[in-house]
Amino acid sequence: MTSLTPLQVAHIAKLARLTLTSEEEKKMSKELSSILKYVDVLSEVNTDGIEPTAQVTGLENALREDIVKPSGALPDALLACSPLPIVEHQIEAPHAHG
Amino acid sequence: MLSFLTITQAHDKLKKREISSEELTRACIDRVEKIDGKLNAVVYKNFDRALEEARKIDTAGTFDSPLAGIPYFAKDVYSEAGVPTTGCSNMLRNPPSPDGLRAAGKDYIPPYDSTTTKRLKAAGAISLGKTNTDEFTMGASTETSCYGVTRNPWDTSRVAGGSSGGSAAVVAADECLFALGTDTGGSIRQPASFCSIAGIRSTYGRTSRYGVMSMASSLDTIGPLCKSVEDLAIVLEAIAGKDPLDGTTGDHPVPNYHGALKKDLKGVRIGLPKEYFIEGLNTEVEASVRKAAAVCKSLGALVTEVHLPYTKYAVATYYVLCPCEVSSNMARYDGIRFGHTVEKPKDLLDYYQRTRSEGFGPEVKRRIMIGTFALSAGYYDAYYLKAQKVRTLIKKDFDEAFRGVDLILAPVSPNTAFKIGANSNDPIAMYLEDVFTVAQVMAGIPCISVPCGFSKEGLPIGLQLMAPQWEEGRLLSAAYAYEQATEWHKKRPVLDRA
Repeated sequence: MTSLTPLQVAHIAKLARLTLTSEEEKKMSKELSSILKYVDVLSEVNTDGIEPTAQVTGLENALREDIVKPSGALPDALLACSPLPIVEHQIEAPHAHG
Repeated sequence: MLSFLTITQAHDKLKKREISSEELTRACIDRVEKIDGKLNAVVYKNFDRALEEARKIDTAGTFDSPLAGIPYFAKDVYSEAGVPTTGCSNMLRNPPSPDGLRAAGKDYIPPYDSTTTKRLKAAGAISLGKTNTDEFTMGASTETSCYGVTRNPWDTSRVAGGSSGGSAAVVAADECLFALGTDTGGSIRQPASFCSIAGIRSTYGRTSRYGVMSMASSLDTIGPLCKSVEDLAIVLEAIAGKDPLDGTTGDHPVPNYHGALKKDLKGVRIGLPKEYFIEGLNTEVEASVRKAAAVCKSLGALVTEVHLPYTKYAVATYYVLCPCEVSSNMARYDGIRFGHTVEKPKDLLDYYQRTRSEGFGPEVKRRIMIGTFALSAGYYDAYYLKAQKVRTLIKKDFDEAFRGVDLILAPVSPNTAFKIGANSNDPIAMYLEDVFTVAQVMAGIPCISVPCGFSKEGLPIGLQLMAPQWEEGRLLSAAYAYEQATEWHKKRPVLDRA
């Protein structure tokens, strides 16, 4: 049975780009452990030789011609959605290294 | 009141020029203003634009399309160019910061239309605005919405269901003629059942997901909630079909659903799955659903028992696969291209972490965390891959059952609408609300919820019918026959009392 310590929770939070308070870490550790305990029921199912299902449409490689077509929204309209400054037609994001 | 009409009734009156679309639209607006304060089902009112569109339709004067001049609401995850759309999340709503240091930012306003709202507009339907949902559709009660819970029109101390709770409530309370919802694990069917209206989850790939905010992309579907099965057929016909902008839509021709509705079930083989009539199923719900099976029999159906042995693993499979896909889909909310932002970040990592931690609510964080864990190195095989294999077995259950029957009949939810707050502190209890609505999504099959009774307390009970992939026509026709033989869909909640 898998359970998650607050330390593991903090590690997963970092992978998920979330910051949790120590209260949230404790609560999340309890809740995530109970969810993992619940889904552990799957381990009793014999899946030897069973292929995984990722999608059910039966479609494969839905391709189209490589032609540039106007999309529903223009670049300026998309840029206008950003909460960050727009400089030279690009979004100015915070610096990666402080 | 005109807002109480079905699409079919209103279309008839519009065509005969007995009413105008403007009058119909105004009736819906008046109804919202009068009663939505009690329900909290509407989160954005686009009323001026709706009236403008209605007048254009009246001026054009052609009512050939059954949806011309018909007002509707869309769940707050459908993009419409120029209309604020927030997924009922602070990530896109952008309220003031918790410390009060930053003023409210702007809500996200999509610069393009979803394929479905575009198709509805082409058919002449009038968009009234947006309805409440659980945050990014994650929940079964609309309690995780940043706008607060939607109350059930039949009993305002109870939830309307979720995640399309706002869409179910506006239809049940006659605030519009129909609404759009999404169904990933039951989010159209369960609220439809809790509010005594009709809702359909179509085959995965039958309707386009383009421009609708994603939750779990291999399971998400979009569809209508209506006052009658006939109306469902009309709306589905208008929105279904291949979309070049959604590569997962199938190239299957869309039949004339409306024209194929029949009033009997002669020779239709219906299976009752043993695994859905289990301990924990509310006795009143069971009695109503069994009575519905008897009605089907009286209409000529051949009712037998079927087996779906992997049903008991469906919720666990869903709550592995769904969070994994959630953790991936929610990565787009990083405060760069749209949505919430924070000031004076130390660096990019700090910016991501603070933006996301402030923007997302507890259930979204919980699913991102579960998904991130289940997909992380060392755990992928044990969780994600294992769940995908069990998904194959659940799908096979349906393949085998449909060799012997044409349709499967079951409850939608094990219970009637629960009290607001009853499951809020227990994620597992909330997940178990989905026990009868998640197996079908593993197989991508279409299913429908129609009213089939009321509990002694006066709470609605829903009947679920399921059909093989692409057989929405069969599903709608059977649901129509049942509906026409019963009176449940005609009952309306009383909201005008003080």
